[in-house]
Amino acid sequence: MAEDIQQKLEKYRTAPFDARFPNQNQTRNCWQNYVDFYRCQKALDAKGVDTAPCDWYKRVYKSLCPLSWIEKWDTQREDGTFPGKI
Amino acid sequence: MAHPTQLGFQDAASPVMEELLHFHDHALMIVFLISTLVLYIIIAMVSTKLTNKYILDSQEIEIVWTILPAVILVLIALPSLRILYLMDEINDPHLTIKAMGHQWYWSYEYTDYENLGFDSYMVPTQDLAPGQFRLLETDHRMVVPMESPVRILVSAEDVLHSWAVPSLGVKMDAVPGRLNQTAFIASRPGVFYGQCSEICGANHSFMPIVVEAVPLEHFENWSSLMLEDA
Repeated sequence: MAEDIQQKLEKYRTAPFDARFPNQNQTRNCWQNYVDFYRCQKALDAKGVDTAPCDWYKRVYKSLCPLSWIEKWDTQREDGTFPGKI
Repeated sequence: MAHPTQLGFQDAASPVMEELLHFHDHALMIVFLISTLVLYIIIAMVSTKLTNKYILDSQEIEIVWTILPAVILVLIALPSLRILYLMDEINDPHLTIKAMGHQWYWSYEYTDYENLGFDSYMVPTQDLAPGQFRLLETDHRMVVPMESPVRILVSAEDVLHSWAVPSLGVKMDAVPGRLNQTAFIASRPGVFYGQCSEICGANHSFMPIVVEAVPLEHFENWSSLMLEDA
């Protein structure tokens, strides 16, 4: 499983088509991957497992999300005002 | 880019734009044929000395001028829907670029690997070099590899803008808080110009878009250079 993720990450070019977000509005795609990365990190950290599988979500949100949005959300997470549940 | 006294579209630089161009030729031909027919009939009616006061109805001609327009509409609809579905095909992009609209410039982010971002301001008229285009040139161009499917995510940081490049057949509104996806393939190397297409304040006419399509190695060299400069 971890090896598959490693392979996928090595061959990563850009965020692939995600059937959950097939249309023009990709806002939710960016949001979902951002939130999934931090949730994955939190969950795997809690279990004491290597968080490398979470890197997929990180690559995808880095590809999709505008830098200003990422900065804003990172600040909100640090301040504890992030609107999503992590 | 557009040229003086231009009547038609700019030369197509993407497969989708080629299709749109041909469809437009097809639909416009139909429009010209119908307009010529109607103009002929009007002139014929107005210039005849014959009069006839006794026609009440005619089933045959009514059938013809109902069926024929329906057929013409189908002949327009089928190629139109074909292109619509073609544009909606699931493509597998090689590269994602974010185009963020600001008052009054665009910024481009290439973040698939490193965090490359830069602003793209219009070159003021007094700073143009000979041969450059007024109100169209920018200090930094959005460079893309040619013949590669590119995904563009368009958004805005303040007010509504719109990212448009006619020769690529692309126009997508830039809405704050929303990420709008569009895609294109640059079929040939070249420099393609566009302008902001949603009123956004005083300098709405002065925030152009320039896309430069180059071979892949050139794109890789350019992105390394841009990362060093940043």
